[in-house]
Amino acid sequence: MARSIAPRRKAINTLLAWSIGFLIFFPILWTILTSFKTEATAIANPPVFIGFDWTLENYQAVMERSNYGRFLWNSIVIAGGSTILGILIAIPAAWSMAFVPSKRTKDILLWMLSTKMLPAVGVLYPIYLLFIRMGLLDTKIGLMIVLMLINLPIIVWMLYTYFKEIPGEILEAARMDGATLREEVIYILTPMAIPGIASTLLLNVILAWNEAFWTLNLTAAKAAPLTAFIASYSSPEGLFYAKLSAASTMAIAPILILGWFSQKQLVSGLTFGAVK
Amino acid sequence: MGRITLDKVSKSFGDVEVIPPLDLTIEDGEFTVFVGPSGCGKSTLLRLIAGLEDITSGQIRIDSEDATNVPPAKRGLAMVFQSYALYPHMSVRKNIAFPMKMAGIDQAEQDKRIDAAAKALNLTDYLDRRPGQLSGGQRQRVAIGRAIVREPAAFLFDEPLSNLDAALRVGMRLEISELHERLKTTMIYVTHDQVEAMTMADKIVVLQAGVIEQVGSPLELYERPCNKFVAGFIGSPKMNFIEGKEAANLGATTIGIRPEHISISTTEGQWKGTVGVAEHLGSDTFLYIHADVSPNETMTVRVDGEFSARHGDTVYLTPRAERIHKFGADGLRIE
Ligand SMILES: Nc1ncnc2c1ncn2[C@@H]1O[C@H](COP(=O)(O)OP(=O)(O)O)[C@@H](O)[C@H]1O
Ligand SMILES: [Mg+2]
Repeated sequence: MARSIAPRRKAINTLLAWSIGFLIFFPILWTILTSFKTEATAIANPPVFIGFDWTLENYQAVMERSNYGRFLWNSIVIAGGSTILGILIAIPAAWSMAFVPSKRTKDILLWMLSTKMLPAVGVLYPIYLLFIRMGLLDTKIGLMIVLMLINLPIIVWMLYTYFKEIPGEILEAARMDGATLREEVIYILTPMAIPGIASTLLLNVILAWNEAFWTLNLTAAKAAPLTAFIASYSSPEGLFYAKLSAASTMAIAPILILGWFSQKQLVSGLTFGAVK
Repeated sequence: MGRITLDKVSKSFGDVEVIPPLDLTIEDGEFTVFVGPSGCGKSTLLRLIAGLEDITSGQIRIDSEDATNVPPAKRGLAMVFQSYALYPHMSVRKNIAFPMKMAGIDQAEQDKRIDAAAKALNLTDYLDRRPGQLSGGQRQRVAIGRAIVREPAAFLFDEPLSNLDAALRVGMRLEISELHERLKTTMIYVTHDQVEAMTMADKIVVLQAGVIEQVGSPLELYERPCNKFVAGFIGSPKMNFIEGKEAANLGATTIGIRPEHISISTTEGQWKGTVGVAEHLGSDTFLYIHADVSPNETMTVRVDGEFSARHGDTVYLTPRAERIHKFGADGLRIE
C-alpha cells in the first residue's frame, strides 16, 4: 500500500510545486513577452500570448530616450555598496550574538526585526529632512547608507542563524589546537560559514537592487538607479505598456541572471538549517 | 611533563556557584578520571583546566607555572570532545595536521607524526577522507590522533566514548588505556560511567554537585568509600544499604554491603527473603530479593556462576562481616 501511494503523492507534489512556481513567475514572463510586442499588440484584447510579430523597437526606443548605462551603474554601485557596508557590520554583530550571547541577545534580535514592521513611509519625512541637512539627497552614498540600514536586520538575523549552526565545540577545539582568534576565524570559522555569508550577500544584493520606495523618494537625476528608470516610463506620457515592459526587463535582467547562476547557492543558503 | 594543580579553584555562572572552591593535584603521567552523575560539574572542571572557561577564583598551575590567565592555546593541553569536534571542511590528514600547523612544525616532521599516528590508530586508509565520511569510531580515532601529534603536556577527554555503541566503547576504552601505557602522558578523563572510571583510572575523583567527595585509586574507593554517596556510586551492581535495627546493632545509621559480598542459601542464613527476579548470565547470577531487613528496597545479590532460583523462592542471605560498610547519620564512614 505505502509503496503505491508514495510515488503518486510525489507526482502530485511535483505538479503542485511547478504550478505554484509558474504562477509566481508568470508576471515576469508576461513582462518579458510584452516587451517584444508593439504597443498595439500589448493592449490587444484578448491578450496574445506568443503568437505575435516579435519586435525590438521598444528596446531601441528606450535606449534612445534614456541613458540605461548610467541607471545600471547607479544600481550596481548602490546595491553593491550597501551590501558590502552591511556585511561588514553584520558579520561581527552576528558573530558576537551567536558565539558570545548575553541575556539580551534574543531581545535585540527581535527588536531589530521589529523595525521592519514599521511602514517605511512613517519615517520618510525625518529621513528626507536629514538628507537635505546632510547634503545626501540624490547621492549614491546616501542611498547606500539607507538601504544598508533597512536590510541590516535581515542579514544580521540570517547570518546569526547561520553561525548558530556551527558547533561551538569546533571553535573550542581550534583554540585547544593552538589557534589564535585570528587563525580560528581564518582557518575554521570562515571556511565553515562561507556558504552562509555568500547567500546572505546575494540576498542583500537582490533586496537592495529591487528596493523602490527609498530609491524613488531620495533621488532625482544624479543617483537614480534602475527603479527610477522603470518609473520614468510609467507616468508622464500616459501608459506605454510595451516600452514600460522593455525598461522593466532591462532593469531586472542583471539581477535575474545573477540569481539564475547562483540559485543553487541561494537555495542551500536559505534552507541551511532545514536540510543540514 | 604534566603536573596540574588546582588551588582553591571555584566557578560560578552568574549567581550560580557550580564549583565551590576546590583543591586537587594531578600528578605527572597519571590517568585521572573525574566521575559523577550528570550535571555535577565534571565538564566544567575540565574546561577550567583547559582554559575554555575562566575560573571565578583560585589558581591553576601546570608544572608549577601559574596558568590561570594563560589562554587555552598556550597551555599545551590537548582535548578530545564528546562530539569529536573535527573540522568538517578538512580531510582527516589536515585535521590531524592542524595543531602542528598552528605550532609551526615543519612539513617533514608533520608528515612523520601523521603517519605514525595514523598507523597506531588504524587510520592510514582514511587520511584523504572528510570526517563526514567516517564512522563514529573512526571519527573518535581522528580526534585522538589530532590530540597526540602535538605531544601535549596532558590529554583532556570529555566523555569521549558516550556517542559510541556499547561494543565499540569497550574496544576504544582499551585503546585509550594502551595509549596511556605507551605515552605515559598525564590524562584527565571525564565520564559519568563508573565502569569506565574503575577500569581505566590510576586515580578517581568522585564529584557531586561540584564538590569532590573522594579521591583515590579504584580499589581504595571500592574497599573504603568515605561516604554513602561514593559507596553507592562506585561498584556495579550498586551496594545495598540497610537502615534500622540491623544497622543500629553495629553502631551505625546505615550499613552497606556489596552484592558480591553476600552469600546465599536456600536453607539457612542471617536474613530471610524471597526472590523477586533472577537474572542468569551463566558466568554470574544476579538476584533481586525482597528481604525482611530491607523492606523498602530490593537487595541485589551476585552469585558466581549459576544459582537456580525462581520468582517467589525463599532464600537466606548472609553478609560477609568484614565487608560490611558502616555509615553515620551524616552519611560519613564509621571505622
Ligand atoms: N555556560 C554555562 N552557563 C550556565 N550554567 C552552566 C554552563 N555550563 C554548565 N552549567 C551548569 O553547570 C552545571 C555543571 O555542568 P557540567 O559541568 O556540564 O556537568 P557534567 O559535565 O558533570 O554533566 C550544570 O548544572 C550546568 O547546568
Ligand atoms: Mg559533561
